[in-house]
Amino acid sequence: MKIYKQLIMSMGAVLMLVSCGQQNQNSNGALSSSAAEKVYVAPGEQDEYYAFLSGGYSGNLTVYGLPSGRMFKEIPVFSQFPTSGYGYSEETKPMLTTSHGFVPWDDAHHPDISQTNGELDGRWIFINGNNTPRIARISLSTFETEEIIEVPNSAGNHSSSFITENTEYVVAGTRFSVPIPQRDIPINEYKSNFKGSLSFISVDPEHGHMDLKFQLLMPGFNYDLSHPGRGKSHGWFFFTTYNTEEAHTLQEVNASQNDKDFIAAVNWKKIEEYVNNGGGTKMPANYAHNVYDESTHMATTTMKKEVLTVDPLKVPGAVFFLPTPKSPHGCDVDPTGQYIIGNGKLSADLTIHSFDKMIAAIEGEKFDGEAYGIPILKFEDVLAGQVKSGGLGPLHTEFDGKGNAYTTFFISSEVVKWKLGTWEVIDRKPTYYSVGHLMIPGGNSRKPFGKYVVAMNKITKDRYLPTGPEMEHSAQIYDISGEKMELIYDFPTHGEPHYAAGCPAELLAPKSKKIYRLDENKHPYAVTSPTGSKVVREGNEVHVYMSTIRSHFTPDNIEGIKVGDKVYFHITNHEQDFDVPHGFSILGQNTSELLIMPGQTKTSVWEPKQVGVWPFYCTDFCSALHQEMQGYVRVSPANSNMELKWSLGE
Amino acid sequence: MKTIIKGMTLLFALILISCGGKKEEKKDDGFSVQRQKTTTEQPAETPTTDQVKASERVDMTTKGVGPITSVDLAPEIDQTMAAKGKEVYEQMCLACHRVGKKFIGPAPNGILERRTPEWVMNMILNPQEMVQQDPLAKELLQEFNGSPMSNQGLTEDEARAILEYFRTLK
Repeated sequence: MKIYKQLIMSMGAVLMLVSCGQQNQNSNGALSSSAAEKVYVAPGEQDEYYAFLSGGYSGNLTVYGLPSGRMFKEIPVFSQFPTSGYGYSEETKPMLTTSHGFVPWDDAHHPDISQTNGELDGRWIFINGNNTPRIARISLSTFETEEIIEVPNSAGNHSSSFITENTEYVVAGTRFSVPIPQRDIPINEYKSNFKGSLSFISVDPEHGHMDLKFQLLMPGFNYDLSHPGRGKSHGWFFFTTYNTEEAHTLQEVNASQNDKDFIAAVNWKKIEEYVNNGGGTKMPANYAHNVYDESTHMATTTMKKEVLTVDPLKVPGAVFFLPTPKSPHGCDVDPTGQYIIGNGKLSADLTIHSFDKMIAAIEGEKFDGEAYGIPILKFEDVLAGQVKSGGLGPLHTEFDGKGNAYTTFFISSEVVKWKLGTWEVIDRKPTYYSVGHLMIPGGNSRKPFGKYVVAMNKITKDRYLPTGPEMEHSAQIYDISGEKMELIYDFPTHGEPHYAAGCPAELLAPKSKKIYRLDENKHPYAVTSPTGSKVVREGNEVHVYMSTIRSHFTPDNIEGIKVGDKVYFHITNHEQDFDVPHGFSILGQNTSELLIMPGQTKTSVWEPKQVGVWPFYCTDFCSALHQEMQGYVRVSPANSNMELKWSLGE
Repeated sequence: MKTIIKGMTLLFALILISCGGKKEEKKDDGFSVQRQKTTTEQPAETPTTDQVKASERVDMTTKGVGPITSVDLAPEIDQTMAAKGKEVYEQMCLACHRVGKKFIGPAPNGILERRTPEWVMNMILNPQEMVQQDPLAKELLQEFNGSPMSNQGLTEDEARAILEYFRTLK
C-alpha cells in the first residue's frame, strides 16, 4: 500500500513539473496570446459572423459563430432528426418524400446564401442533397427547412446549389451522367447514350418557392462544381467538368487521361429567353416538390410530372467549352466577375480564364473544335494567367474583396494567398490536414467580408483527443486581415463539412424569429385555447388535441384508448415567450419525440400494443416544475367498451 | 477488504428492506405523515404562518416593476374592451388561471380589490422581472410552488383589455 502511495505521489510530482514546463513554453510570445484574444468571445458576448457548414453525410446544416468556432445549431435538412422530430412528426414527414419513396438521409454539400445585386441578402440558404438529387431552401429567420425539390434526370447532384446574383435561379448540376430518360441499357453503351443535366431552378422573389424552369442536356461528362458570373459576367454560369473521356469504369485511371477537361460556360439569360419564347422540349418526369408552410406548420408534397429540357445545340451562342487542365474541381468567379478560376486538382497550377477574353474569342469565332457540337474555345485565347504556387492539388478558391484570392491545396495541405491580376503568391499556411473547401463570409459574392477564412479539413489525426477510429473533421480559422494569414483557431465540426457559407451576424440576428404567434397558427389540429382541448375518435383513429404551457399538458389524463388504435397527439405549445419549447414523448412510441416551439403545433403518432396505463412527459426542461409536466394514457383491450374520457386536474 | 464486506452487508440489508417494503405495499391506500411541527424545520425565508398568504393579502399602493406606471379606470366598465379582454384571456391565460378557482395560478376574481391596476398589468407584461424584484410577486411564486408566470408576449392594449375583463369578475 505504501509503495502505491509513494508511486502516486511521485507520479503526481512529475506530472506537475511537466505541466509547469509546458506552460512556460506556451506563453513565450505575444503571438499566441493575440490569437487567443482574436477568437475569444467573452461569456455573454456574441460572435461577429454566422457560418453555415454543410454536414456532408449527416445530411444536415450546422450553424457556427466566427471567430469563436462555437456551434449554435444543427438544422435538419435531408435527414430525420430525432432531436426535434423533423422527418418523424406527421407535419414534416412529407419533406423527405421523393420519387423513390421516403428517403430519410442524404449527403449535403454546398450551402449558398441568397443574394440581391450580387450581395448577400440573408433571406434564405440553399443546399444540395447529392445522393438522391434534391435542393433544399432554409429560412434564415426561422432556421428551418422550408422547401425541398427533387431534381429529375440528375445523379450525384454535386455542382449544386449555387445561386445567381439576384437569386433568379438556384443551379444544380449532375456529377454522374446517366441515360436520359432513364432506361434499361448496357453500361458500356455510355458514350453518346449518357447525358449530363444542368438544372436551372427559379426562385420566387417573394416567398422563395422553387420551380424547375429548364434543364440543359449536356454531353456525358461529369459536372463537378459551378459558380455564377457576377457583375459584368452576370447572366453566365460556369461549370467545371471532368471525365471528358466518358469512361464508365475505373474512373480513377480512365477519367484522368485527357490533359485538359473543360469549364462549360453557359449563357443562361440566352436560354431563359429561348424557353420564355416557347423553346425547349417537355419530357415526362416524376419528381417531388415538398413545401413547408409556416402558418399551418405543415409540409405537403406535390409530385411533378414534366420537365422542360433544352438541347444546347438549339440555342446558338449559349454554351461554350473553355479548356482547363487536369480534371478541374472548384470553379470560382472573383468578385468583379472578370476571372473564372479552374482549380486543376491533379495539377500544381491554377488556371484563370478571363471573361473579357472569352467574350472576344466568342465574337471572333476562334474555335479549337467542338465536342458534341458545342464550340471549344482556344485555351490561349481565354487564358488570363496561371498561378504557379508550388502547392499540390488545388481544389477551391475564395476572395477577400481586396484583390486577393485564397486557394486550398488538398495534397500539400495548405491555403495559398495570391494576387488577382499579377498571379503572384503572397503567403501560404499549412492546414491540419488535407483541406477541402474554404470559406470567407461572402467570399463568393460581389462583396466579401475578408476578415477570416475557415479551412475545412478532411483528416483530423492528432488535432484533438482521440475518440476511437472515428473523429469529427477539423476546421481551422485564419485571420486574413493582414498581409500574412495567421492561424488563430482549431475547432471540430459535425458530419463532414464540404462547402460553407457565412455572413455578418447583423444581417440575420435582428430578424431571427423568436416565437410563432399563436393567433397566426393555422394548423388544422391546433388548439389555440386550452378550452379547445379534446379527444376525438374516428374509427380506430384517435385525435388528441392537446395544449401545453409551463408546466402541464391539457388534458393530462386520457382513458378509452384501445390496443390497435392509431393515436395522433396534436400538440400546440401555448407559450409565447422566446426559448420556451416543450417536448413530448410517450412510452413505447415507434418514433422520436417532438420538440414544439412556442406557438407551434406538431403531431406524433402512437400505436399502443399493450394494455396498461402509459405515461407521457415533457422532454425539454422547461421550468422548476418540469418533472411534474407529465400525464397518463389508459389503454384498454381492443374489444373493450371503455368510453373516451379526458381531463386535467380532476 | 473489510470495507468491501461492510459495503456488501449494507447492500444486502438494503435489498432486504426494499423487498420488505414491497410486501407491505398494498396495505395502505396513500400515506400520511405525523410530523411534529417544530420551528427549526421551517426554512428561514418562509413567511411566518400568522401572516396572510400573498394571494390573499391586500396591497393597493404597490405598482410593481414594469412598463406601466399609471392606469386610469373610468367609473363605468367598458364592455367592448372587456369582451376583447375575455377573448385574449381565454387564449393566452386560461391554461393556468381559471375563473373562480385556484388552478396553476390564482383566480383573477376580485383581483382589483387586492392589487393596483398597474401591478396587474406589470405582472402580465413583465412577469420575469416581477418575480425577481417585486416582493409580492416573489412570494406568489413560492406560494404557487415555483410555477412561473409565463410571458405571453401581449401588447399593452391587450393587457389593458384583460384588466377591463377582470373588472367584470367579482
